[in-house]
Amino acid sequence: MADAPKKYSKPLPPIDEESRPYWEALQRHELYIQKCRDCGELRYHPRAQCTACLSPRTEWVRCSGRGKVYTFTITNQNNAAGFRESLPYVMAYVQLDEGVKMLTNLVDCAPEQVKIEMPVEVVYEDVTPEVTLAKFRPAR
Amino acid sequence: MSLKHKTAIVGAWEHPTRFAPDKSAFQIVAESLHGALDDAGLTMKDIDGISSSGMTGGMGIISLCDYLNIEPSFIDSTSVGGASFVFHVAHAAAAVNAGLCNVCAVVFGSTVASRPVSFGGAGGADPCDQYEVPFGPTTVGSYAMVAQRHMHDYGTTPEQLAEIAVTMRLHASMNPVAKYRNPITIEDVLASRVISSPLHLLDCCIISDGGGAIIVTSEERARDLRKKPVYLLGAAETARHTSSGHRDFLETAAFQTGKLAFERAGVTHKDVDLAMIYDSFTITVLVTLENLGFCKRGEGGAFVEGGRLRFDGALPINTDGGGLSSCHPMMRGMFLLIEATKQLRSECGPRQVKNCRTALVNGTGGALGQRHSGATLILSDQ
Repeated sequence: MADAPKKYSKPLPPIDEESRPYWEALQRHELYIQKCRDCGELRYHPRAQCTACLSPRTEWVRCSGRGKVYTFTITNQNNAAGFRESLPYVMAYVQLDEGVKMLTNLVDCAPEQVKIEMPVEVVYEDVTPEVTLAKFRPAR
Repeated sequence: MSLKHKTAIVGAWEHPTRFAPDKSAFQIVAESLHGALDDAGLTMKDIDGISSSGMTGGMGIISLCDYLNIEPSFIDSTSVGGASFVFHVAHAAAAVNAGLCNVCAVVFGSTVASRPVSFGGAGGADPCDQYEVPFGPTTVGSYAMVAQRHMHDYGTTPEQLAEIAVTMRLHASMNPVAKYRNPITIEDVLASRVISSPLHLLDCCIISDGGGAIIVTSEERARDLRKKPVYLLGAAETARHTSSGHRDFLETAAFQTGKLAFERAGVTHKDVDLAMIYDSFTITVLVTLENLGFCKRGEGGAFVEGGRLRFDGALPINTDGGGLSSCHPMMRGMFLLIEATKQLRSECGPRQVKNCRTALVNGTGGALGQRHSGATLILSDQ
């Protein structure tokens, strides 16, 4: 008899109408950020209007999925459900080649191997049928 | 229009408790308010403004008015993390100066140590949360990521951060109500377990119960009260956040508020005899000193070495022992203000800073590497 599938116990993103295209793209294993059609400003997190000029004219820009570690921390203590079973884990800001910084986890890598400026690439983690997370691993 | 020298702190009282399983947070507030009013030579009848945060969620300020049985003409529940009380004093000063109230009490009480709450997992439903909570952010981790980047860019060492914790403990050893008073060494800090790299347990603020109160009134009213007034010369506040993905993580709210508070106060760094800097973590002190302009960006590591931050050093900070050793009931802003007031009145006994005439208070609230608030005040005994 097969083992029962492990229940995903970490918090899920409270997806809203403003962000739904971002999360739907991740489900397709595509990473998008936004660009203002009027002033050209790139932005992440997604939102309905440009934070530079408030224009609602938004273009979704597909990212290469490559970037560098901007900063990170090896988390040894977090009692929250889902994370206490995953210690230690690496939380990081990755600066995408497109320029914006994104909070994420670094995976497929021993925590002590992580260095700032290390090249990384996106890996899509399908955590539930509805939610896929963009995590990063050392670039191959 | 300037707030310079228009208002003063005329009462300040720190609750001595660090563990109060027998009291409610509201009771700690009431006892603190009693202490601060007595310190000022005022009574409940004089209070017509109230400011607080962190007592309970949402509309807790109304519950506090109920508990204290007050019907104030000015209410401020600005809730921007542990720095809130620093904001409150600036707002109280503006309110008094504008005639919205005459005497404002800024109050706080907490029993977070005796009745612990767990946080750092789930998270709210603000738009930003969905991009963060899935990855396990913690408060320590948010500050740790700033420390990691600072070390990478400038070669800042764990030993330099540790010296900040060692200095705070030295100060705590001279404060009879501080929670941890046994001296520690740099080696002790480095040998304590890593909570979130590069920050060790002893790089992190303690958890205690506690509370306090501050009374703010006009310069005119302050003249004939019980204690020597502590005047507000300048104040500034702001926030830093993810900046739509373009954040410079080593520039904090203090960069903006320090510059503005100094300008408004008409004083310079050389005039500052004491700096009360929110020490949620050792890195908070280091980057705040840089951002306030006490040293250049990147030079904070060397700046904090050699005892400079000791009560008898060139720039004394957190002479009560700080959040790292004395008192940190989740929110610390209140205690920055109380210690600054007591130092400016020369009431600090063995840890008294000599000729303490001008003090800077800087509060950082929230998560340094994600979103934080910041406020800077300049206070003076003249």
